Amino acid sequence: MIDRVRAFVKEAGVPRLLIAAFVLFLFGMAFVTKMDLGGLVTDSIVRVARNGILVLALLPAIQGGLGLNFGLPIGIICGLIGCVVSLNFGLLGLTGIFAAWGIGVGLAIPAGIGYGWLLNRTRGQEMMVGTYLGFAVVSAMSIFWLLAPFKNPTLVWAIGGKGLRTTLSLTGIFDRVFDKWLQFTVAGVTIPTGVLLVFFGFCFLVWWFFRTKMGITIAAARSNPRFARAAGISDERTRIQASVLTTVLGAIGIVVYSQSYGFVQLYTAPLLMAFPAIACLLIGGASVSKATVTHVIIGTFLFQSILTAALPVTSQVIEGDISETARLIIQNGMILYALTRVGGSAKA
Amino acid sequence: MSATSTTKGRPALELRDVVKEYEGNRVLKGVSLTVEGGEIHALVGENGAGKSTLMNILFGMPVIHETGGYGGDVLLDGAPVRFTAPVQAMAAGIGMVHQEFMLLPGFNVAENIKLNREPTKRNPVSAIFGPGLETLDLPRIRKDARAALDRVGLDIDEWLPVAGLPVGHMQFIEIAREVDKEKLRLLIFDEPTAVLTETEAERLLDSMRAFAKQGVAVLFITHRLDEVRAVADRMTILRDGEVVGRPDPKTTSVIRMAELMVGRPAAARAVRRDASATAETALAIEGLNVRMPGEPVEDVSLTVRRGEILGIGGLAGHGKLGIANGVMGLYPATGRVLLDGEPYALNDARAALRRGLAFVSEDRRGVGLLAEESIELNVALSALEAQGRFLRPFPVPALRPLDGRAMRAHAQEMIRRLDVRTTGPTQLVRRLSGGNQQKVCLARAMTLAPRLMFVSEPTRGIDVGAKERVLEILTSLNQDEGMTLVVTSSELAELRAICDRIAIVYRGRVAAILAPDAPDAEFGLAMAGEVGAA
Amino acid sequence: MSGVTRGTNGANGAGGASLGSRSWRVLSRHAVPLLFAVLCLFGIWVAKITPAFLLSEMLVRVGRNSVLILALLIPILAGLGLNFGIVIGAMAGQAAVILVLHWGGQGIAGFGLAWLLATPIAILLGLLTGILFNRAKGREMVTGLIAGFFANGLYQLVFLFAIGSLIPFHDKSMVLPQGYGLRNTVDLTSIQYAMDDLVRVRVPLEGTELRVPVVTYGVVALFCLFTLFFFRTRFGQQFRAMGQDPHVAAIAGIAVDRNRTIATVLSTVFAAWGQLLFLQNIGTLNTYSSHEQVGMFAIAALLVSGATVTRATVGQALLGTVLFHTLFVVSPLAGKALAGDAQIGEYFRVFVAYAVITVALVLHAWQSAKREREVTT
Repeated sequence: MIDRVRAFVKEAGVPRLLIAAFVLFLFGMAFVTKMDLGGLVTDSIVRVARNGILVLALLPAIQGGLGLNFGLPIGIICGLIGCVVSLNFGLLGLTGIFAAWGIGVGLAIPAGIGYGWLLNRTRGQEMMVGTYLGFAVVSAMSIFWLLAPFKNPTLVWAIGGKGLRTTLSLTGIFDRVFDKWLQFTVAGVTIPTGVLLVFFGFCFLVWWFFRTKMGITIAAARSNPRFARAAGISDERTRIQASVLTTVLGAIGIVVYSQSYGFVQLYTAPLLMAFPAIACLLIGGASVSKATVTHVIIGTFLFQSILTAALPVTSQVIEGDISETARLIIQNGMILYALTRVGGSAKA
Repeated sequence: MSATSTTKGRPALELRDVVKEYEGNRVLKGVSLTVEGGEIHALVGENGAGKSTLMNILFGMPVIHETGGYGGDVLLDGAPVRFTAPVQAMAAGIGMVHQEFMLLPGFNVAENIKLNREPTKRNPVSAIFGPGLETLDLPRIRKDARAALDRVGLDIDEWLPVAGLPVGHMQFIEIAREVDKEKLRLLIFDEPTAVLTETEAERLLDSMRAFAKQGVAVLFITHRLDEVRAVADRMTILRDGEVVGRPDPKTTSVIRMAELMVGRPAAARAVRRDASATAETALAIEGLNVRMPGEPVEDVSLTVRRGEILGIGGLAGHGKLGIANGVMGLYPATGRVLLDGEPYALNDARAALRRGLAFVSEDRRGVGLLAEESIELNVALSALEAQGRFLRPFPVPALRPLDGRAMRAHAQEMIRRLDVRTTGPTQLVRRLSGGNQQKVCLARAMTLAPRLMFVSEPTRGIDVGAKERVLEILTSLNQDEGMTLVVTSSELAELRAICDRIAIVYRGRVAAILAPDAPDAEFGLAMAGEVGAA
Repeated sequence: MSGVTRGTNGANGAGGASLGSRSWRVLSRHAVPLLFAVLCLFGIWVAKITPAFLLSEMLVRVGRNSVLILALLIPILAGLGLNFGIVIGAMAGQAAVILVLHWGGQGIAGFGLAWLLATPIAILLGLLTGILFNRAKGREMVTGLIAGFFANGLYQLVFLFAIGSLIPFHDKSMVLPQGYGLRNTVDLTSIQYAMDDLVRVRVPLEGTELRVPVVTYGVVALFCLFTLFFFRTRFGQQFRAMGQDPHVAAIAGIAVDRNRTIATVLSTVFAAWGQLLFLQNIGTLNTYSSHEQVGMFAIAALLVSGATVTRATVGQALLGTVLFHTLFVVSPLAGKALAGDAQIGEYFRVFVAYAVITVALVLHAWQSAKREREVTT
């Protein structure tokens, strides 16, 4: 019995169990204090679907041997450009979203190739290079947003300021288009069917991809590059493929995120977006070198539930928003845990 | 420098029945030897004979400690010692000249020689915070280094950076560093001449003699048997973790030494059919050069006949492993190769597989397997990659999905056929024993249904039962399915048991091609490179 | 005539070529700082900045920032790379300053007390960071970055929630209206210029006067000297060896893991002291953000000088401070002059900071990946 418990703990990982316990505790507290449980669950589900694809975007990078993709903002920026261009043309509803996707993906492919090329030349330091490349791109884009030649009055500052607004409202454009599709309420819980379908649809696509020849090749090259070379696989090539995929999914993910959130956030907003996504994946049980779609779904659910429930539950006891602090500690604690666990020492 | 602390004629080092296991695999099976002050004792053996494990034990390398320590005793000047860190070994007076240079390229010669033994001067800060903050005494560092360099006879500026110096100089700097240590009583040379030119090697042997004359005990590990004859007072030969002989190096021939190293041949098992007379050429290699580190191939010409098992043998480091790796596109190669009379492009691993070649690598864990994946995927992967097998139809070829059922059925068939001991086709390869991992490697190569298969070191590091089974599989592939095989092995006995012809490689070239039942002496001569003269 | 000319030309040509290639080498070796100098000069020219203004700005900024940048040198020597974890040291400094204010410490005595208090906190945190780094070998930089974020969460937990509730805190003027948690800004006037004002030397310059904080610069000089001295000690030599090849160092009997921890502790302590020096000059503490960008700006400043992930000198630290902060002063002004918007300049300098770090990391990773390839083939 004790052995089985121990095996279970080892399999699931102590941090994941702690976090799951914390989620249960928060929801338990919410129940005991007679809070609107339905509302909490609704919020959790919405946030899972909203953030899910951004977490999913990390999966190809891990499968391809690039590690945790701290350079996710590169893909996000591509998606944001897609959104802004789509908005600038005044496209509405699904058309707007598809236009944003199309443009975003169109930009993400060359961006992903370039990013992958760079990561091939900076092997062993992918995470650090990704982090700072992401930072640099986001800050360069801040200058771009300020100078970009967009003319649509809903996008630029009305008076005084220069360049695009920091947040662009999507109300009446493609605000919650997916979320509202086939939305229904049961037992006080509102299910945003459309966006959930989109999320699970992409999960399925990614799962399926890693069972195709290309997907298997990418994973094999990650698993043992020397084996791959002996089999005539160029791991430089598979790493670039992985980088393109992660960047493209980042672009798609931010469009879904924005439509669900109702706003497009520009300037420094994407700067730190990789970190919570990475934390989700790690909480789901992934490591720096191995991750599955299941990890994505479980991790996103656990982490987003904490973020949803922490504020209303704790605000009954303390004033002020402790959820942001909790997010910092859990998110970065999780990443640290992962960094210190795998492949302890590089040499001797 | 005081090498005088060891008096001549008393055993400075004594090993008694040293035993070491790695994960149940006994790599040292009770090794004993003594080295006396003032003598040069040569330790020879093939790769995998246990020499480096023995050195790691002597030098207190952490890897020994971390894998459960060792059995038996090590005595220095009669007192038992048990080191758990290299520092302790150094403090006890053991010096080591490593095979890989332990030098810092950005430091100058003097800094390297005095590394972590720098003379320092006290200062007010160190008086408070301890000796770590004492300042370096640069003039003394320089003076000590100069003295040490003079002792090994290396006439270079001690203030030069090490980066960019010729390898020969680096080797002597390593020696100077050991010589500079106080209380040096045992000096270990780990294949020191491997990277040296012949004149440099001569000088190194000279300095080795000089140390011995001063009373230092010298343990000399090498592959080069002529050097053993030239300098050693005594020698110990290791094979498979056991001492197989202590012939007198002054009177024993190099040929005899080589025989002892590679083992006495078993009688050829089956009556070999004579494939040579009728068979046509399957693979013709002309002027092959392969840049494989540690196993370079220089100008090898060789023909493989259809339907035969060709063996490639030779001592470690002479390039026998480089041939298969070069032909299969794993290391940069030049030369002309014809496969079934058609030109064949080198340096393209994918093309090699597509042309119907297959390879079971000597580096099972590094190249041969995806340790973290299932048996079924490992077996299927090469065929999936090179031939598009085990896939379902889909309009885009690159996105054809895996046919899991076909893959599983095939894996089960292979598991049955090769008798892989496993819980099932989804078991991770990492969890299999060495012998079963080797069977998975063979299964993957067989899945390609190759015209010609290279198999390197088929039985290295696997237990006796599995060895037999692997050799049986190879003979059956050849005899029942007519597959052409090129088997490379350090174990001459196994080559002689299964091959039709055996090519012996010496210094990157084919020294001789012998029949499996040729006399032992001919094999010994070929391995020692003494054929060209004949 | 023509023959002679050709002859001399030939000779000149050869001499010129070697001279040319040598100066090209010097140029490419110092490409980064030169590029920066050009950028700064361009900004100065565009924004029409007077030397007097620039000098007085530099005097302030170099004095208050250099120690934070010097804090990076020892971990680089020891092979830990850029210590993004100095943020943690900065937090230790801030914790000390908050305690001192709470106890009513003032002036140089208060500052000295803060300095004393910060030391054990920084040693403890540095020790923990060092242990963390030893468990994430080869990934120290990203680990340091994330450790900084993580520590920031803990810092918020202590100062935003625990103070005034779990930890008794009676100075209500520093606490948020809800009764616990520190305010977002804490006034440091009681210790402002505590060190700067000890001795000021006035230097007249173009109508204004520079007020040189002699003691502060003395302290900066002391840090420089200590670092230089440290490089020449037994420890310094051991760290340098580890930085080149930890395996060889370990074989030579150097306690690599212990030394790595020592390097991290020293760096963290330097950072705590550096942050205190910074705060006493600034005069206000943004409780929850003053420390956040310390690491990024210090690292960018160091790299601007041409220092790398594996090699940095005291001179480079000082040069980098001057160059980077010149750009810091100049770019909003230049942005305003060029595009009529200071915001552009501000985004630009943030971009420059990130870009400089990115380029340095890429170059470092590129070179080490290349070296590895050469070793394996």
